Amino acid sequence: MNRIQEKLRENKKLLSIYFTAGYPNLDDTVSIIQDLEKNGVDMIEIGLPFSDPLADGPTIQDSSTQALKNGMHTALLFEQLKDIRKTVSIPLVMMGYFNPVLQYGVEEFCKKCQEIGIDGIILPDLPLDVYQEEYEALFKEYGLINVFLITPQTSEERIRAIDEASDGFIYMVSSASTTGAKQGFGDEQQTYFERISAMDLKNPQIVGFGISNSDTFLQATEKTKGAIIGSAFIKHLTEKGVGQIAEFVQGIR
Amino acid sequence: MSYHVNKKGYYGEFGGAFIPEMLYPNCEELRQNYLKIMAEPSFQEEFDQLLKDYVGRPTPLYFAKRLSEKYNTKIYLKREDLCHTGAHKVNNTIGQILMAKKLGKNRIIAETGAGQHGVATATVCALMGIECVVYMGEIDIARQAPNVARMKMLGAEVRPALSGSRTLKDATNEAIRDWINNPVDTHYIIGSVVGPHPYPDMVARFQSVISKEIQSQLLEKEGTENPDYVVACVGGGSNAAGAFYHYLDNPDVGIIAVEAAGKGIDTGESAATSALGKVGIIHGSKTLLMQTQDGQITEPYSISAGLDYPGVGPMHAHLYKSGRAEFISITDDDAMTAGLGLCQLEGIIPAIESSHALAIFEDKKFKPSDVVVVNLSGRGDKDLKNYIDYFKL
Ligand SMILES: Cc1ncc(COP(=O)(O)O)c(C=O)c1O
Repeated sequence: MNRIQEKLRENKKLLSIYFTAGYPNLDDTVSIIQDLEKNGVDMIEIGLPFSDPLADGPTIQDSSTQALKNGMHTALLFEQLKDIRKTVSIPLVMMGYFNPVLQYGVEEFCKKCQEIGIDGIILPDLPLDVYQEEYEALFKEYGLINVFLITPQTSEERIRAIDEASDGFIYMVSSASTTGAKQGFGDEQQTYFERISAMDLKNPQIVGFGISNSDTFLQATEKTKGAIIGSAFIKHLTEKGVGQIAEFVQGIR
Repeated sequence: MSYHVNKKGYYGEFGGAFIPEMLYPNCEELRQNYLKIMAEPSFQEEFDQLLKDYVGRPTPLYFAKRLSEKYNTKIYLKREDLCHTGAHKVNNTIGQILMAKKLGKNRIIAETGAGQHGVATATVCALMGIECVVYMGEIDIARQAPNVARMKMLGAEVRPALSGSRTLKDATNEAIRDWINNPVDTHYIIGSVVGPHPYPDMVARFQSVISKEIQSQLLEKEGTENPDYVVACVGGGSNAAGAFYHYLDNPDVGIIAVEAAGKGIDTGESAATSALGKVGIIHGSKTLLMQTQDGQITEPYSISAGLDYPGVGPMHAHLYKSGRAEFISITDDDAMTAGLGLCQLEGIIPAIESSHALAIFEDKKFKPSDVVVVNLSGRGDKDLKNYIDYFKL
């Protein structure tokens, strides 16, 4: 069983953290991952920086721009991660945009992920139909779980199709927005969380976008399996540096 | 083989909709409705009438006698430069504003590079009394002050794109982000045959009026609908898509697409996507684009802001890959010289984008009997500062 699937069976709400590889410094990747695990984070999304991250707000955009300036690229990230499984055992997910993966070679990318011990991939701009027609077999061959997004606008029919195509968790985008655009949840989100919860999907849901502190973490996970924090963590790294990761994680739960 | 889009939104291997889930409902709504709406008689009527009375169509197909003599072939100019607002861009914005109204949208967003598409969008929004936000790279705002002023006079809000390289591709990213954040009431008027399906096809259809007119005008002048060649410049490729549209599947008509070589293909300062690009994803479309080996999108360069885009529309990627069209790239210098040449031979000041298409006659030889239609996509008023600086006028 894949580490993500195992983790999802644990009887707890999961805290997942996103960070952009190569930010704030080129060589921070491994120590950030280790520190996050040490402080009790359940899962990590390692962001592969892209020049044109069109689903992201300014915080993650800026971190990507800086990471690329620092010299991050796909092959280097794999190099940095090659021994990560000697020290880290929580699930690791690669998150990025499709073009850099396409240029690296999708099969080569999957193969490298497997070698390193990456458990899943999130590519927001790889659509469901293309994934199923062209890449699903490949992802499966290399033991990788592909994670799809849903939003408050996603139709019930499409949510069912995405649930059918998933074998890990569903990434539930909390509102119609780019990353880091909104803080906190209103009635609209509560209704949405309840609506999805009532659908009784086969895959658990993990909420992302708009979670920045313990309040929003609790709200987001009331009806779901867990929550993902991205922009707020990047901001923390920007303001406090890589030495204060414990403080951030402990502030969440 | 057809060179038009297939049912799934592809031209050969190019196209599709590589978009995050947040955009799926927006694009899907458009995909399910655009053909239906365009086929409605009330839509057609209003579109045709606005093109006629407001834009000034049909634009003339002008036999350029002195230019033809110079190059010893028969050159016709399709005068899109005479459209209201000065370029072909308005054909698309008229179509899309009517589409937005039919879809019940009450807010318009657009991206712009040089400002031509921004002006054309601000214009139709003023015409219809609809709120308009135009994203423009911070660097372009500084370079294109007159068009920024025009948009403001027309009532649009111009928002600077501060991310990435702060030019057209980033303005496009910002418009897409706005659309993600405003999925219900907003329509995004893309300015070229780029972006996720159905945009490339929808924009091509709105621009196809260009080749439809060429057919009937040429029939009158030459006794045939078909030129031997049709030539157009390609930034994203909308004026070219319009000029080629009704000839795409007609093997009797040669298609020539002209890209901006900038300072030269090998100088690192170029926008010749067919020569320098590789297959990838940009702005939701699988197409040819300029990128690093690692898949990061690179910043193109051309003296002409309208051709300064790191990709081409998927239709053009397919025309290139399949060999259906010949692709030629033209340097800044050759384009500027050809632009001045047209001024002096025909009394027409062309947009620098269009000057690229005119520049092919120096090297590419045609037969004296060949009929060559060049799409003169825009006029040069917006480029005066560039012409002044370049020729020290
Ligand atoms: C006059 C003119 N021609 C051509 C273009 C390039 O766009 P496209 O390739 O979509 O026709 C522009 C874009 O601003 C333009 O203003």
